[in-house]
Amino acid sequence: MKPRRFIAPSALFWLLLAGAYFLIPLVATFLFSLKSNQTGKCCTAANYSWVIHNHGFWESLKISALLALETIVISLALFVPTIYWVHLKVPRLRPVIAFLALIPFVIPPIVMVVGLLRFFKGTPDWFYAKPWGFLAGAYVILAFPYMFFSLDAGFRSIDVHTLTEASQSLGAKWTTTLFKVILPNIRSAALAASFLTLAIVMGEFTIANLSAFNTFPIFIQYVNESQGFPAGALTLLSFGITWAAMLSLLLVGRKRGARSAVIAGGR
Amino acid sequence: MAFLELQNLHRDFGTVKALDGIEIQLGEGEFLSLLGPSGCGKTTALRLVAGFDRPNEGRIVVDGKDVTNVAPNKRDMGMVFQAYSLFPNMTARQNVEYGLRIRGRDKADRRKRVAELLELVGLGHAGDRYPHQLSGGMQQRVALARALAIEPRVLLLDEPLSALDAKVRVQLREEIRRIQLELGITTLYVTHDQEEALSVSDHVAVMYGGRIEQMGSPAEMYSSPATPFVAEFIGTMNRFEGTIVDGGVDHGGKMLRIEAANGRPKGQRVLVLVRPETVGVARANGAAPTGNTLVGDVVTQTFLGPVTRLKILGDGVDVIADVPTQIALGLPVGTRVSAALPADGVRLLELKEDIPEISEEP
Repeated sequence: MKPRRFIAPSALFWLLLAGAYFLIPLVATFLFSLKSNQTGKCCTAANYSWVIHNHGFWESLKISALLALETIVISLALFVPTIYWVHLKVPRLRPVIAFLALIPFVIPPIVMVVGLLRFFKGTPDWFYAKPWGFLAGAYVILAFPYMFFSLDAGFRSIDVHTLTEASQSLGAKWTTTLFKVILPNIRSAALAASFLTLAIVMGEFTIANLSAFNTFPIFIQYVNESQGFPAGALTLLSFGITWAAMLSLLLVGRKRGARSAVIAGGR
Repeated sequence: MAFLELQNLHRDFGTVKALDGIEIQLGEGEFLSLLGPSGCGKTTALRLVAGFDRPNEGRIVVDGKDVTNVAPNKRDMGMVFQAYSLFPNMTARQNVEYGLRIRGRDKADRRKRVAELLELVGLGHAGDRYPHQLSGGMQQRVALARALAIEPRVLLLDEPLSALDAKVRVQLREEIRRIQLELGITTLYVTHDQEEALSVSDHVAVMYGGRIEQMGSPAEMYSSPATPFVAEFIGTMNRFEGTIVDGGVDHGGKMLRIEAANGRPKGQRVLVLVRPETVGVARANGAAPTGNTLVGDVVTQTFLGPVTRLKILGDGVDVIADVPTQIALGLPVGTRVSAALPADGVRLLELKEDIPEISEEP
């Protein structure tokens, strides 16, 4: 007989507690965001309308979204072939790279941004004065640990050597092997790496603030300081936007009808 | 003329000589097995032929052309690996099709060829399944079809059956041989399983320590091992060390009459090799042992189906004998028996150095 599923009362308690911990601030923020910015009374959607019709909102959101996209593309282009190569040819280098990947975790962003600003001072304006140059570069460094550890786990879950050699013996160049064989089999790892990068870039404040770029978190901070109730609306909207962005990434990354790649058989 | 030639191949890994001057010549359409224990260099040799590794010295020639420095993706060699190597993101059909796509073959052509090959390996019905939906044996069949799809000049098989269970292994090795004969494809097969090598090959090369100890037909390898190592590695062998004396071999004071001893210099140290199936066993009748007969007790019986293997211990001599199971039933453990070594079915090898121990395969 199939055992009946049941949830222990204590488990239920912790589950509810965790749910409350997560939901109460959201609900409170939502209620707060419904109050009129003039009278302080409930309930009006005016704050949402204010945010949506604010030029700064769209502008900063666009910058952050494009920055996130750029960071993801550069990071994947940089790290996927590198980690592939390390796994294939110089596995002894793996611990060295893993150590390097920890550095952005250890160095506080404030230290990093000061260092980077000094280091790149005097570089051309198209790089130094634009978010697409300097800031994207800094974000690639910031995303390195997340990229490395996610992708590394992906590469370790497949038999890189055998798959590569099988593909080569069938006539494929290494680029064909990378795109047709390796990438599809580490897709979930690449997706996870991309989610994390997206989340970091959409929320990064210190570096953007100190290098004086108007990204989305900077706009949120500005509204927080200058407006009352619309800040609540903005917070919820940014929350929704990040989730929507992750969902769309998931949908784009997931090929129609594709199954999760499972290496069959034990070795 | 040889179709595949390995000329004086050397490959060192640091101080370890993985290959120490390998010479192989294989005719078109022939099936050669490289047989040997772990670390003998057989897989290294195969990887050199595939192009995944380069030799320190020597050449690999296919159909008269030197391919030693040709990249693996330009060699036209089909390979089946020991590990399951199907691309997990592709169905069986897409796996087989992969090499053809890379070669830019048109769709109709590809479809036809893939269908033929899946049919050839008996998986016409499973084309749409992903690797994780196939059993180990089925995966290796698809891998074989994939390797054959590109019409390779040489088919390379690197212990393709070692991950499979015994029954599937026998079935699949026969199928590999059938397909190889049907397509007439030159094949190099690496295995540590001597039964596998002997049953499917035209030629067998036994390797040890980076060298080829002996190469010949399976029958030759079994009946006329050229070195103590080959004798030990192929089949089961009784071996006694001894010294040549008049009319035979002296083994620890026991005189063995062996025809092959005639003409050898007296005092030469030799290894006497006797196949267990040639040893005649009978219940001891109390008479003193004569000639080539050793007397001892049956200490173990191992049932092998039609024959039973008896281990006989006595007079300081261990003998293994395979006797028909019906007869073995009358000789339970503890029975005193006489074991007669045949005078003419015995092989002698000069003993120059210590015989290497054969390591167990994982």
